[in-house]
Amino acid sequence: MSGSHLSRRDFMKAATGAVGGVITAALGIPVIGFLIAPALREDKAGAPIAVGKLEDIPVGKFHPFSFTITKVNGWERTASNYGGFILRNSEAPDDILILSSRCTHLSCTVNWNESANAFLCPCHDAKFGPEGQVLDGPPPEPLGHFEYSVDDQGVLTIVPVELKSEA
Amino acid sequence: MWQKLYTWLDERLGLGDMYANLLDRPEPKGNWWNTLGSASLFLFILQGATGIFLTVYYTPSPDHAYDSITYIMNDVAFGWLIRGIHHWGASLMVLVVFIHMVRVFVTASYKYPRELTWLIGVGLLLLTLGMGFTGYLLPWHQMAYWATTVGTQIAGSVPFLGEFILKALRGGPDLSALTLQRFFSAHIWMLPALLAGLIGVHLYLIIRHGESHFPDEED
Ligand code: HEM
Ligand code: FES
Repeated sequence: MSGSHLSRRDFMKAATGAVGGVITAALGIPVIGFLIAPALREDKAGAPIAVGKLEDIPVGKFHPFSFTITKVNGWERTASNYGGFILRNSEAPDDILILSSRCTHLSCTVNWNESANAFLCPCHDAKFGPEGQVLDGPPPEPLGHFEYSVDDQGVLTIVPVELKSEA
Repeated sequence: MWQKLYTWLDERLGLGDMYANLLDRPEPKGNWWNTLGSASLFLFILQGATGIFLTVYYTPSPDHAYDSITYIMNDVAFGWLIRGIHHWGASLMVLVVFIHMVRVFVTASYKYPRELTWLIGVGLLLLTLGMGFTGYLLPWHQMAYWATTVGTQIAGSVPFLGEFILKALRGGPDLSALTLQRFFSAHIWMLPALLAGLIGVHLYLIIRHGESHFPDEED
């Protein structure tokens, strides 16, 4: 732009740029919102889930359990399976450890291996001890656990939200 | 820095030449009716962009097509806007392309050397109508279903070949999942690809021949 005089051509250039900018913003914001909308939805914690009766769960052994959570994702209901292991340390109804079977590395499912006395992950050879602690392999943290309660009929119920365990 | 980058690109891509040939042409002396072709191009790009975004959620299956569109309308941020633009843009595009053609006819711009530009334009109009026809089925609601039943039935009334045409359009004797899927494929891949290609040739011819002389008293 030369001096104080704005030429017709420069004015047209600036105006085109300004209008273009406004249009870009007016289109860009809705489009970004449109694309990321499902990522902004909050994941609600599910209702507590009964996983068995105490009398059916042996003491001193890892007892596997699983549950399904069905969520509405978009126009479909998606059922996902989760699972874990219940360890009753003694007869007392509050002396229970409930570990998640989801490997803390990349979410494969671990299995209890009696002879190794550890949870083994088939994907990248992780090894977790009986308290869920990492013994070997790539996982960054111990297996997660679930909160639980036992009612007067002896039904064991968990809150289906995996909690981080202390290292 | 920018100057260097520009020079680097210009040497390889010939940006300056492109600018001179495509944009720095003599200022048109025509009138506003001559902007309808550019308006058609803009609408094509708008339909393309909004259409691509719709495919993020839209599902071409009889079980989910309608649900996925309800989801776009009610649960996706600005879904109503993107779909609304695509929905109304479709009708507007047919209208604008048609008026563009009427203008070319009225100003007799289809004469030598522009006959090919006109013929390709006819193809563009038919393809745009094809986009409307195939897109209309996609929501898979009653209106879409019966409109396509009727539309394909009409195509089926062609002598001798009718039965075959009807089956080829529907992917069988009845409207089914196959119909929805092939209409979707035509709507998002085949017809847009043909449109884009023909638009390219159309525009090349327009730049090559320049704007036609606007008829005056002597014509
Ligand atoms: C060239 C011009 C185009 C026209 C005239 C057109 C026309 C239409 C029409 C009439 C509908 C039905 C709308 C409704 O009833 O809601 C539709 C839907 C749809 N179109 Fe297009 N379309 C065009 C380009 C495209 C492109 C390029 C794509 C994708 C690459 C696309 C993807 C879709 C999708 C996914 C739907 C279903 C969603 C809906 O029905 O709202 N369209 N289109
Ligand atoms: S997922 Fe378990 S070790 Fe990688």
